[in-house]
Amino acid sequence: MMTENQRKAIRVDLQLIADMIEPNSRVLDIGCEDGTLLDYLVNFKQVDGRGIELSTEGVNACVSAGLPVIQGDADTDLATYPDNAFDYVVLSQTLQAMVAPRTVVKHLVRIGKRAIVSFPNFGHWRARSHLALTGRMPVSDALPYQWYDTPNIHLCTIKDFVEMCRETETIIERSISLNERGNARRINSGPLLANLFGVQAVFVLRR
Amino acid sequence: MSRNDCSNQTMTKSDEKSFRKWDADTFPGHRVVLGRDEPLRLDCGTGLSNFTVAYQTYGKLNANKTNAIMICHALTGDQFVAEPHPITGKPGWWDLMVGPGKPIDTDRYFVICSNILGGCMGTIGPREINPETGSPWAIKFPVITIADMVRAQVMLLDHLEIERLFAVAGGSIGGMQVLEWAASYPERVFAAAPIATTVHHSAQNIAFHEVGRQAIMADPDWCGGDYQTEGRNPERGLSIARMAAHVTYLSELALQSKFGRRLQDREAITYGFEADFQVESYLRHQGSTFVDRFDANSYLYITRAADYFDMAESHGGSVADAFRDTPVRFCVISFDSDWLYPTAESRVIVNSLNAVAANVSFAEFQTSFGHDSFLLNVPEFHRVFRGFLNGAADHYGLPRNGHGGNAR
Repeated sequence: MMTENQRKAIRVDLQLIADMIEPNSRVLDIGCEDGTLLDYLVNFKQVDGRGIELSTEGVNACVSAGLPVIQGDADTDLATYPDNAFDYVVLSQTLQAMVAPRTVVKHLVRIGKRAIVSFPNFGHWRARSHLALTGRMPVSDALPYQWYDTPNIHLCTIKDFVEMCRETETIIERSISLNERGNARRINSGPLLANLFGVQAVFVLRR
Repeated sequence: MSRNDCSNQTMTKSDEKSFRKWDADTFPGHRVVLGRDEPLRLDCGTGLSNFTVAYQTYGKLNANKTNAIMICHALTGDQFVAEPHPITGKPGWWDLMVGPGKPIDTDRYFVICSNILGGCMGTIGPREINPETGSPWAIKFPVITIADMVRAQVMLLDHLEIERLFAVAGGSIGGMQVLEWAASYPERVFAAAPIATTVHHSAQNIAFHEVGRQAIMADPDWCGGDYQTEGRNPERGLSIARMAAHVTYLSELALQSKFGRRLQDREAITYGFEADFQVESYLRHQGSTFVDRFDANSYLYITRAADYFDMAESHGGSVADAFRDTPVRFCVISFDSDWLYPTAESRVIVNSLNAVAANVSFAEFQTSFGHDSFLLNVPEFHRVFRGFLNGAADHYGLPRNGHGGNAR
């Protein structure tokens, strides 16, 4: 049963991820925050969805909305999940906050038949020019924190991420960049431009 | 304490009071004799036939019998979940959680709670009469386990002709029963909420229980367990057991903020062993009121059952194996001030469920009340728990309004 509240539009990157997920599949959303994506997937794609969230507010919002979410930390808790337990494992805008992002990505493609990872692109021209011209760490809408209080401890560029996938023998099935206006384009069609103009990227990975 | 000098006269008076009030036949609720055809096979090897289970229900069972919630009570709880206690007159132990419009909404769900096996509120236990001897079972009663308690509840469910529970919920030792329900009868439970509990008793848990048992058994009025036939009651031992246990149900912060070092009805310390401090007076009160409503031998048996609880041991060495392919929706809940069954214990449950990719929610709530938090007013816990039940009910197909379908 959908309520008016659940019909509301979701963030453009979440919509992009949602569109990649087959109906009736099993989905684990890591860092699911207040459950917006999970709720959308459960209601509109009839998925068997689960979530992990670090914040108490996020967990309480999800569970009280009837979403199966556990309070947990992707850095430590993913090891407890079995291989191929989900059709999709989603890590949305969370990778850069992980202590061990490389290990986390390995777990994602182990637990899920497919992993969908989105992250802010530190190679965006504004970040590059901010550092080059002002000599200070970039602060932007996408990355609004000062260096000393940012949760984003492992920022990377699209190029960095592609390289890590190569090193870990992770297969990239699809890769999409979103520019400042929220327009999506395939990274393969121009990787250098994507790394310069993409504000964020969404990757579909598998082992 | 004031009872230390209790003369024979006070003991007799106290016993009369206890025995007069403590007649299970006069309690509200229901009593049923189970095990008429098939005995209940206990883990210790003994079979129990024709045994009584006392239970209470709230709300209405719907026509399809799909809206039943089994509540499993803890060590010193009972079936009087949401009504005044027949002995103490105090509100039901989960009055905040269960009732019309409450998180476990009796306008919507049919709530069943039975006094656990070994209990002393009307279900068979050491204070009931052993038909073979005509005397109370006392410590001749077979040693029971958490799984045995659940077996008795399953037999009650069969008696009520309810095929499947919508949910089973409980805290502490009640939470152990919830885990046992989900592990052993997954086809008969849709949702399970183990609260402030553990998959096995730790050395520290066993240690505290042993202190309580030794206090009871060291009381000369325990009489080797035969205090009922001797016309006595090991009140001192049982109240000390309760005092020690009560400390484990609270938290350092709760004790400090409630009592600090404040003195009880006096301006200065007395250089003696009276209850100078408020915390002493409080604990003595907790101990002395407990003996009016609880049976010492029941305390021995139920603490033993909790000590023996070890899901890994009883399920082939791994907790995860107990839940493999489970269809049950879980909601695991812990409280950060609980040092009896701390959050780390709940995480073991969650990790085991994750290991089999089970459907699990898990939330830890910040409180200062310690283990007792699950019984107290923690609005955020109640809000989240209500949401979990609503979500599960949607998936189970229970209608949102009215009494969960056509009331019988």
